[in-house]
Amino acid sequence: MNFELTEEQQMLQDSLRRFLANEYTFEKRREIIESGKGTDAGIWNALAKMGLLAFTFPEDYDGLGGNGIDTMLVMESFGRALVTEPYLATVVLAGGLVRDAGSDAQKQAILPAIASGEKLMALATYEHGARYNLAHINTVAKAEGSDYVLNGNKTAVIHGGQASQLIVSARTSGDARNEDGITLFLVDAGANGVSVTDFVTHDGFRTAEVTLKDVKVGADAIIGEANQGFPALEKAIDQGTAALCAEAVGAMDAMTEATLEYTQTRKQFGVPISKFQVLQHRMADMFIHAQQGRSMAILAADSADSNDRAARREAISQAKMLIGQGAREVGQAGVQLHGGMGVTDEMWAAHIFKRLTLINLVFGDADYHLGKVSDALLEKIA
Amino acid sequence: MDLNYTPEQEAFRQEVRQFLQDNLPDDIRERVQKRLRFTKDMIVRWQQILYKQGWGASTWPKEFGGTGWTEVEQLIFEEECALAGAPRQLDFGLRMVAPVIMKFGNQEQKDKHLPGILDGSVWWSQGYSEPGSGSDLASLRTTAERDGDYYIVNGQKTWTTLGQHGDWIFCLVRTNKDVKAQEGISFLLIDMKTPGIDVKPIIMLDGEHEINDVFFENVKVPVENLVGEEDKGWTYAKYLLGHERTGLANVGQWKAMMRRLKEIAREEQDDGHAIIENPRFRDRLAQLDAELRALELTVLRVLTNSSGPGPEASILKIRGTEIGQRLFELAMEATGQDALAHIPDALEPDYDGPMVGGMNAVPAAGDYFNMRKLSIFGGSNEIQRNIISKLVLGL
Repeated sequence: MNFELTEEQQMLQDSLRRFLANEYTFEKRREIIESGKGTDAGIWNALAKMGLLAFTFPEDYDGLGGNGIDTMLVMESFGRALVTEPYLATVVLAGGLVRDAGSDAQKQAILPAIASGEKLMALATYEHGARYNLAHINTVAKAEGSDYVLNGNKTAVIHGGQASQLIVSARTSGDARNEDGITLFLVDAGANGVSVTDFVTHDGFRTAEVTLKDVKVGADAIIGEANQGFPALEKAIDQGTAALCAEAVGAMDAMTEATLEYTQTRKQFGVPISKFQVLQHRMADMFIHAQQGRSMAILAADSADSNDRAARREAISQAKMLIGQGAREVGQAGVQLHGGMGVTDEMWAAHIFKRLTLINLVFGDADYHLGKVSDALLEKIA
Repeated sequence: MDLNYTPEQEAFRQEVRQFLQDNLPDDIRERVQKRLRFTKDMIVRWQQILYKQGWGASTWPKEFGGTGWTEVEQLIFEEECALAGAPRQLDFGLRMVAPVIMKFGNQEQKDKHLPGILDGSVWWSQGYSEPGSGSDLASLRTTAERDGDYYIVNGQKTWTTLGQHGDWIFCLVRTNKDVKAQEGISFLLIDMKTPGIDVKPIIMLDGEHEINDVFFENVKVPVENLVGEEDKGWTYAKYLLGHERTGLANVGQWKAMMRRLKEIAREEQDDGHAIIENPRFRDRLAQLDAELRALELTVLRVLTNSSGPGPEASILKIRGTEIGQRLFELAMEATGQDALAHIPDALEPDYDGPMVGGMNAVPAAGDYFNMRKLSIFGGSNEIQRNIISKLVLGL
């Protein structure tokens, strides 16, 4: 039992935070978001140079052999600075999926290209009407000789508009909600029949709607085995969820710090408003949520690599639930304690609030994950 | 970072578990697990059994007869004890006065008092709060005036938990009225058999006698019972409160109660189904289960922090007590209308009179009422938020 970072992890965290404090300022972030590109070549290449894009890939594929804890460190630092770069989409989700389920040829083709910063990817799996049910897939992949033809619509494709290649989940057999019969395909974003509509999100990230119309791919585009894609998909989303938990913890810390600073500066009735006990207790509660969230983000990160499905799912859902709830409390309290300034675009706190709010909506909100742990509890003890 | 216990820690857990299986008396286990009425005998007997094993004081260093265990080992020990149905050892001697005597007491005090705490032969009580001094403890008014080789103590202490069994009491008393409130307080050890001490029960809202008023009228206390220096008692009291922090999280006890609550949820019926099948009840149980896990991890983060407890330590009392209260609230709600009847005699193991519902219901509402104390004692949760604001957030 040990919660300490290794010396290397500590150094990495320090240098990443220093880099972001210097280079990823509020103004710079605003410029990047307003550019509409959804990523910044300078920042992304710097992350590549720091080795962050290769962090969790095996050493044989230009990686550094890191684990979920390393992802946590990166994402927590990103959360503190509200970094909008496509790290989750490219490195954690798509990169992680290829790493865990891809063939040697796929890993050779993809992982070094991600690591060097030249390749962006995204995971296109959620569909309208399915909400958070990962197995609810209507997109169809029909075998035609040795090829497959894909038809369907995907939603909430994070950084889909920036990706040169997508990982698409499609049904090759079974009914709409079956876990069996799902296959994962590599699909070039520029392939015939793929159309990607890119949107900015409220918090400055990018999301895309993807339509697949008679998109033809070869059998070598399948990641893992045909019809057996679900476990890898689920694990990738679990790892993405753990990463989001860490990001939220960084953002909760940032919100607490911003609020402490603001309330100690802002004066009313002749004193800094931080002197009022009713505000102090609200800030104490923000701190409690952030600390509880940190404990759970560590649990999620530690569990994310596990192949013990039930234990991993329980830990991930417990973490996402408590962190989703905590993010709501911390976000709302932070805005409230900033008073009128809290609802203006010029305040850092407002931007943190938007990110914290949307994190709860991604990969299952607090209610969804409560349902998951609640149902698991019934199975376990009834 | 590694969230697994080491093989040595796992082996230690097995050793504790085996010991408990072999040595925890059935009648004590039954009282604890069925949440029957607490007795002095069960605490003392269990302390003696632990003492014989050399495990009387899991939190003490070896030089005073403690186990010298690491903090993680202490936590494992507490958790296994709680899960096995052992009663919680008495904090007042082991975890409150003993650390103060070890740190600030003289050799004679150590020789005189520590062995009786260790073997369970001396029952200690706490004399801190007064009718006019709750959260504002430093305003206390019980006086100790020097008269030759004695202090003459006058005043009243209150909320003295299990003081009806007390042999000795450690008290904060005012020895100087002419200085700032915190600077005129001393830490006195008082034999409760001394003439002039009167212990009167306070009946709690569950109808049980757990706490007391303790009155002092011209009580002669030998000066050698002063711990450390006169007027420095506030420093010692604060040191003691620092010792309480992780203990108040109570993770082991709450894990045991969570296990019990899950059994209750499987046993209690809701229109022909177990109450666990009711999604509204189950969601709240699942929520609490996750919160307890977060608490446990936070405790472990605090305990394993190589540079001492970090700021996260200050949230343990708040979260621990909130979670504890919700456990008992759910246990009560699970039993529904069966929890209405107050049958105090059914809290004794030999009771064979009429009951409403089963043994899940008998202690349910009383426990819920009783546990409201958790967020009030040991520095109310509002005071804890003040402490976080001031000492952690710097406000």
